[in-house]
Amino acid sequence: MGSGDPHGMHNAHAQAASIGGIRAAGDLVARMQMTRGMRLKEAKQSVAGRLGVTPFDLSDPVVMTDVRNELGFGRIHSYAISQPAQANFIEAKFNISRVLDIPINCVEKFKDRAGLA
Amino acid sequence: MNEETRLPTRMGDGTFVCLTRSEIRADLVAGSEAATKRAKVPLLGDDEIDHLLEIYASPVRFIGVDVGEEIVLSCDGTGMKTHATRIQDLQSYEQWMGADLLELCVGDYSLKVVRTILAYEAQYMHDAQLCTIAPLQYGVMPNLGLYSKPDGPCDNWNELLPLGKIAEARAAEEEAVEMAVADMVKLADSQWEAGADAIDWDTTGASGDPEFLAALRATKIIREKYPDMGVELGMAGEFVLGMHGELEWGGKRLAGLWPKDQLLLAQEAGATMFGPVVNVNTGKSLAWNMARAIALIKPCMDVATIPVHPNAGMGVGGVPMFVHLPSDAVCRAAKSFVELLHVDGL
Repeated sequence: MGSGDPHGMHNAHAQAASIGGIRAAGDLVARMQMTRGMRLKEAKQSVAGRLGVTPFDLSDPVVMTDVRNELGFGRIHSYAISQPAQANFIEAKFNISRVLDIPINCVEKFKDRAGLA
Repeated sequence: MNEETRLPTRMGDGTFVCLTRSEIRADLVAGSEAATKRAKVPLLGDDEIDHLLEIYASPVRFIGVDVGEEIVLSCDGTGMKTHATRIQDLQSYEQWMGADLLELCVGDYSLKVVRTILAYEAQYMHDAQLCTIAPLQYGVMPNLGLYSKPDGPCDNWNELLPLGKIAEARAAEEEAVEMAVADMVKLADSQWEAGADAIDWDTTGASGDPEFLAALRATKIIREKYPDMGVELGMAGEFVLGMHGELEWGGKRLAGLWPKDQLLLAQEAGATMFGPVVNVNTGKSLAWNMARAIALIKPCMDVATIPVHPNAGMGVGGVPMFVHLPSDAVCRAAKSFVELLHVDGL
């Protein structure tokens, strides 16, 4: 979207066109684009297939909240709706790496440095 | 006598202007023709003009893509100490806005500045990766100009060129390219070791063809060295300026390339995402600018094998050149790119 862009623009783009990041499955589709070079349709189909949902579901927070909870993919972190027993942050990325069957750099580094490799 | 209703729309500088539906349509046709005249791209079809007209003649304040047609936002500049620490900024964008991906960067954003603080930036990436979920890249702009005097060690080609010292200017640019490539690879080395998912070369080509060459060369090296590391290559402008004029990549002259050929070279070098840019003309309406942007970027979509994320930020991609962007303009640009070009992201 262009670095240096001012406040407010991100929200307008997000509301107009975004999959929705970790509110839905935008981070998962983005990951397939960013590190695997997949175009949008291919990336959506790949992620949907791995999650057992349809590409349409990927931008639906109602569907994806349940899917993320079941798979331990992390979700919006709110102290009003605490989820202390659920995976989040780096823990969630371990699960994302396993389910999407892609290496995630920081997860691999974590394993090395924590003696888990 | 019937008088057409005048509709509120905006100019490229963001100011409101009231135009009739016929005037907006005329601007769309003129924008498409402007693209064709300069870049020899095909004109937009009547169906495409009509589609844009529905978007730009709509009186609604906010507009969006159809449900199910959402795209990825490459949220550049999300971790640059906007309102808290950089990690808190990243978390805010991830948690509050639902950013599809995140980017750590420093405010200056220039490669030559970052090269002096690689270890600190790597530490920050390491820490940020522990407390975020979305893919997280590190972003810089190559900004080759900073490698020239008085900011850098190379002779200043912008001073040499007006003196007619063409060979000296070219030699200085070539020297700067070597330094920038080495710095880009060192940055990628440190960020990969810290756990980064990708590197973003933002505003590539701002210093013309030498800078584009540096980004292509670094991308190729990094992707061979780290096949799982993404490289996003975003452009600075619609046209690669020939500051050198004789530089090539794979036999292709870099000066004068338009988005389609820029994309072909970026994906050949190994980039995993490409961000074409079309600059905004502030003296024309947004309808004119959007039609021109769509026409210039459209040829990319048929040949792309990697995701295409047109830049739709301040002053590019039909978004006004104004610091606090009006949402009615931003959402129209997003909808236009998604519905007319079927872009992979923005």
